[in-house]
Amino acid sequence: MIYLDNAATSWPKPTEVLKAMTEVLERAGGNPGRSGHRLSIAAARVIYDTREKIARFFGISNSLRVIFTGNATHAINLALKGILKPGDHVVTSSMEHNSVMRPLRSLEKQGVRLSIVPCAADGSLDVKDLEKAVSSTAKLVVVTHASNVVGTILPLAEIASMTHQAGALLLVDAAQTAGAIPIDVKAMGIDLLAFTGHKELQGPPGIGGLVIADHVDVSRVEPLIQGGTGSRSDSEEQPDDLPDKFESGTANLVGIAGLGAELKWVTDRGIDEIRNHLKKLSQTLIDGLSVLPKVKVYGTLDPERSITIFSFTVAGKQVSEVGLRLDEEYGVLSRVGLHCAPLAHKTIGSFPEGTVRLAPGIFTTIDDIQEAIQAISKVVR
Amino acid sequence: MTQYGVVLFHTASAVMRAEKLLMKEGYSIQLIPTPRQFSSDCGIALRFDWNHREVMKSVLDAAKVEFEAIHFLDTKRG
Repeated sequence: MIYLDNAATSWPKPTEVLKAMTEVLERAGGNPGRSGHRLSIAAARVIYDTREKIARFFGISNSLRVIFTGNATHAINLALKGILKPGDHVVTSSMEHNSVMRPLRSLEKQGVRLSIVPCAADGSLDVKDLEKAVSSTAKLVVVTHASNVVGTILPLAEIASMTHQAGALLLVDAAQTAGAIPIDVKAMGIDLLAFTGHKELQGPPGIGGLVIADHVDVSRVEPLIQGGTGSRSDSEEQPDDLPDKFESGTANLVGIAGLGAELKWVTDRGIDEIRNHLKKLSQTLIDGLSVLPKVKVYGTLDPERSITIFSFTVAGKQVSEVGLRLDEEYGVLSRVGLHCAPLAHKTIGSFPEGTVRLAPGIFTTIDDIQEAIQAISKVVR
Repeated sequence: MTQYGVVLFHTASAVMRAEKLLMKEGYSIQLIPTPRQFSSDCGIALRFDWNHREVMKSVLDAAKVEFEAIHFLDTKRG
């Protein structure tokens, strides 16, 4: 079997991650920060250690500004709904996943003004188009770091500088890039970063987070949910302390332990090393796919300007048929359809049929890619 | 007999931060359930040697670790 669906979730997971998740329930199974006995304290330590690892990994100094959420979607919702109020202006790109588009469309109905900057058919964004949309009225700019459909990386540094010139905040959806390319929140000018643990970070599903840069005034962000935090229990009001303000309810201790182990795993291997490996896979895939007759490959076809996500269609064949045959006849696992990103597919010109998406991961080898290309060449014949 | 004090915090994250910092500085400390006579915000408190209270307070202040209060722990009151 060749698993090329790492953009949906990475597989397999490193054994270190599985081990950390089992162990934490055995030796630290209390409710963190609630009870004060040894198992509760042990759980709180696991969570705090992971918080510090994430802060270091993404380049912020105050780990209390790492907010754990269920996934990137939850983190994006927290940021968007916590910051935007009726009358506010928000700017986004036409390559966004529905994790961004759906909350924005919902906020639009409540009176938030939404501008969508069109991207090119290869998924790239011309910053001049963004400049026109980000006027002084904008309160927030939200963009994906890289497209989940074609892998195209957006120019964050330029977007950040334009956003800040307008006095707005920049929220980045790093669902596909955290763990695949280096991210330094401070150096890249990111104000809020939403990430998930189960894709390129190689961790379990059900854990993600919002990283709030050290300089951002958190009084501008309202919590998405309120409830028990284990702190200031005499009050019926939500506390302002970080991270408790944004983290009500019992934390996903097992997921957080897995996240801690995966960050160590990724850091030990080196993010630059990982990126280089993925770039080689990209080049092999581009070389193999682009010469196949009847196959149209979307995106930049440039490993430097994209992450390892590829979309293609085959003239005269439905994407579902291609995906099914790849799975059943050759054991090549892809994902077909619209990838929860209808606007991105409209932008690249593949709506409503969608594409076949191939997303190799850290454990994919060059041989896997060559075998997959062989399989695709037979299916498209 | 060692006389103890406790540092009380608003959040568990602050306790964790303080524990890590003070262990690194070589203090002998222990996390305990917050003694009820103090009715703290957080279920976990940090117990320490009362003789170190001044220098420990300055370590926490210097690292900007927020705490609620520091109390003498009168063990006779249980």
